[in-house]
Amino acid sequence: MLTSEQLIATLTTNFSSALIAQSDFRNELTCIIKKEFLLPVCTFLRDDAELQFDSLRDITAVDYLGFEETSGASYNHDTNIPHRSSYEYDERFQIVYNLYSFKNNFRLRLKILLNDGEHVLTVSTVWQAANWYERETYDMFGIQFDEHPDLRRMYLPEEFEYHPLRKEFPLMGIPGSLPLPRH
Amino acid sequence: MGLEIGKESFFTTTMDAMLQWSRKNSLWPMPMGISCCAIEMMALAGPRYDISRFGSEVFRFSPRQSDLMIVAGTVTYKMAHVVRKIYDQMPEPKWVIAMGACSSSGGMYRSYSVVQGIDQFIPVDVFVAGCPPRPDNVLNALIYIQERVQRGIASGDREKIYITE
Repeated sequence: MLTSEQLIATLTTNFSSALIAQSDFRNELTCIIKKEFLLPVCTFLRDDAELQFDSLRDITAVDYLGFEETSGASYNHDTNIPHRSSYEYDERFQIVYNLYSFKNNFRLRLKILLNDGEHVLTVSTVWQAANWYERETYDMFGIQFDEHPDLRRMYLPEEFEYHPLRKEFPLMGIPGSLPLPRH
Repeated sequence: MGLEIGKESFFTTTMDAMLQWSRKNSLWPMPMGISCCAIEMMALAGPRYDISRFGSEVFRFSPRQSDLMIVAGTVTYKMAHVVRKIYDQMPEPKWVIAMGACSSSGGMYRSYSVVQGIDQFIPVDVFVAGCPPRPDNVLNALIYIQERVQRGIASGDREKIYITE
């Protein structure tokens, strides 16, 4: 059986400078890697005979805009525990790749850090499944995936100008941005 | 209807009254089942609530054969164009029931993507509260519409009816 320690060891021997951070919480391994190494690491994880992460389960993003102000000041009065430590990275976005290895029955959460306006390479060349996941992430967060075969919106109308899951987007939307049929 | 029964077992009435009487007892619904309210709409057609008691059991999946649209579910801005197009394809005269909280007011989806009430883009005759509404309440809405059909009131030019639980 593959363990988190083995996987971290394999990654560090093959990509010594790629790993930024890792955490193993309740048997869920999360690795943050440098975005330049995304494609080599993904290809390695898929093709390595021992690992065989041949299934990409999801791609999404997290917007940490304003995270520090809200989480640093608030306090949970039910448990008397202050909220978790503030966000330690400068980059605004995290892109999350959920991988699964059938061979080892093992899940890996791969993350990269991204500033607003920065692009990232598509992994649809590694896993075909990434195509629609990346379209979805582009639709909701406006993150550009370079060399994507068909980076169109997934849910919202083509002519919509905003990306609703960005923190600066108001909950009730921008009036008039989504037209209704004429009465 | 103002019937006059004659000695020879015939009656006289106006053409309009006859037409409206037959129309109100054969309102054919267009099931616009967009989300979970559609399950309750199916119960409406089943034997327990039995919408056929009111002549409306013929759910037509073609708008061209329907004259009552039951909008049962959450209407997003993207879906609104579809709903409007199907409404436009229905022949006159036609009526609309907004079934449930979502289609009446957006319901619990107070969000950028959901239309906060379908009366913003189609004329609604009856709003039915509930999440989902009980089938009895939708039958009640149908009966209200039947009354209006009998009185010859066209859709979209009168006070709305609100059915609360």
